[in-house]
Amino acid sequence: MALLRVFEERAAEQYMLGKIRGFLHLYIGQEAVAVGAIHALGRDDYVTTHYRDHGHALARGLSVNAVMAELFGKATGCSKGMGGSMHLFDASLNFAGGYAIVAGHLPLSTGMGFAFNYLNDNRLVATFFGDGALNEGEAHEVLNMSALWNLPVVFICENNLYGMGIPLSQSMSNTQLHKMAESYGIASAQVDGMDVLAVREAAETAVQHVRSGNGPYFLEARTYRFRGHSMADPVLYRSKDEEAEYRKLDPIAQYGEWLLSSKMATQKKLDAISAEVEKQVEESIAFAEESPFPSPEDLYRNVYAQLP
Amino acid sequence: MRDALREALHEEMERDDSIIVLGEDVITHGGPYAVTRGLDEKFPGRIRQTPISEAGIVGTALGAALCGMRPVAEVMYVDFATCAMDEVVNQMAKVRYMFGGQTDVPVVLRLPSGSARLLAAQHSQCLEAWFLHVPGLQVVVPSTAYDAKGLMKTALRGKDPVLFMEYKRLYTNECEVPDEDYAIPFGQADVKREGGDVTIVATGPMVPKALEAADLLSPEGIEVEVVDTRTLVPFDKATVFASVEKTNRVIVTDEEVKRGGTSAEIASLIAEECFDALDAPVKRVAAAEVPMPFSPELEKLVVPKTEHLVAAARELVG
Repeated sequence: MALLRVFEERAAEQYMLGKIRGFLHLYIGQEAVAVGAIHALGRDDYVTTHYRDHGHALARGLSVNAVMAELFGKATGCSKGMGGSMHLFDASLNFAGGYAIVAGHLPLSTGMGFAFNYLNDNRLVATFFGDGALNEGEAHEVLNMSALWNLPVVFICENNLYGMGIPLSQSMSNTQLHKMAESYGIASAQVDGMDVLAVREAAETAVQHVRSGNGPYFLEARTYRFRGHSMADPVLYRSKDEEAEYRKLDPIAQYGEWLLSSKMATQKKLDAISAEVEKQVEESIAFAEESPFPSPEDLYRNVYAQLP
Repeated sequence: MRDALREALHEEMERDDSIIVLGEDVITHGGPYAVTRGLDEKFPGRIRQTPISEAGIVGTALGAALCGMRPVAEVMYVDFATCAMDEVVNQMAKVRYMFGGQTDVPVVLRLPSGSARLLAAQHSQCLEAWFLHVPGLQVVVPSTAYDAKGLMKTALRGKDPVLFMEYKRLYTNECEVPDEDYAIPFGQADVKREGGDVTIVATGPMVPKALEAADLLSPEGIEVEVVDTRTLVPFDKATVFASVEKTNRVIVTDEEVKRGGTSAEIASLIAEECFDALDAPVKRVAAAEVPMPFSPELEKLVVPKTEHLVAAARELVG
């Protein structure tokens, strides 16, 4: 989680310096969800997520260098500079993207579950999406289909209470999102998304359910993003007081306190971790800076399997 | 053509375990045009009937393709592809490129197209032009049973997403189809008839009409060369241009609405790259710019006919 936090903070700085351009959606505040949930998965399971994907990519084990380089648009990026912040991908880690269309990745994630079910190979797909994704029709199509066909999909809804600038109560007729999933016959639960241990436990329950052949599972993780929707967001739709209240629930601070109070770690150890992740991120920035951009010849590569 | 398509599916499904078929009513009736009839008995569990969820169907096919399977998804009428446009345009066409080439996308989307027996505005469209506009998609339009089988086999062996346009009026097309295995590569147009006076570059249901027009014009001393495009992406410019250079007069035709249709793209290519060979402007013969009306007397006025091709050829030569 510390790595995710430092990465996002430094990425924001690089964005302000103009080194990262386009859209940048920070995961700050939501770290417990990606980290807790992805820890419950196996190496062969697939992960898909939305455009706020740096946290999931790092939690899945993508190289910090490759992620930062992708944000810089360099050829050494995990998507070879062709995707950017919103389209991280690493086939070797079964990290199957980074998608920009709200709910757009839900049907294809269901298709991955379809394949695993068809091939009967005990794999599952964990797909992350926000509360806003349940506004979209295709989310409902695939909640229906995955339940109907008993597919091994763990639907992880990161409910951060806002779909861009729209508060949940103004976009969803039922704000208890996991209850909505229940209406499709999908086993579901809600969890405190600021508590990494609770998330991991809830995700383990979900994974167990799905791997035992019981069909999909819907986990609603209640969380909060401490920054705006993206770097361009002036955040006029919520109060500073509200933000301050949620910052008290910072998942990293919470977990740090727990580690110290339960004597699982010393302050010295936590400081060492902080220093280590700072160093990794600093090195990734240097790596990204020094890496080349893709060349003009790369423009037509990978539109199709072969150059025409 | 429908039998040829079924044979292609059958033969490829025997050869390749990873091919499955998804769609609405694909078992019950074998689809509304019976293309998949009987496949469920031969390949139990590999023909999957879906709810009426085009985005779900196409997205599921895509996701399965990203995990090593070869799904064939049927969208019952190309008109309904609009319900899955995000899956086709933003996801299927883009995942190879935006992720730096880390994945193949072996999906075939079967899309029954075109006018047929008064099906009215929402069941009669031809939408190739939309899809040929999106880099990352391949667009295939067979005009004969022979071409359909060979092109479907290539589609089922490829690594890129294919939008396979099955013209409803061509399902009854019959011709010699070999029993032996054969596949027709994409990007190879086919000269269906040779001639020295006028070229008709035709796609889909306009190919048989072009051949009819050629038969009507021959007694007048006008010999028409008919070039069947077969695949719009990848597109065989060389064959088309060679014909234009031979005849110096060209008509481009398809059943799509004329404005912004495939013929517009092909005509532009010819005008840009073959200008010196032209003795007359490029002509287009395509459908009227209206939604398809129901009434039989009006539908007749929308779809381009053989006589329009004949008239266009006479104008070019005269």
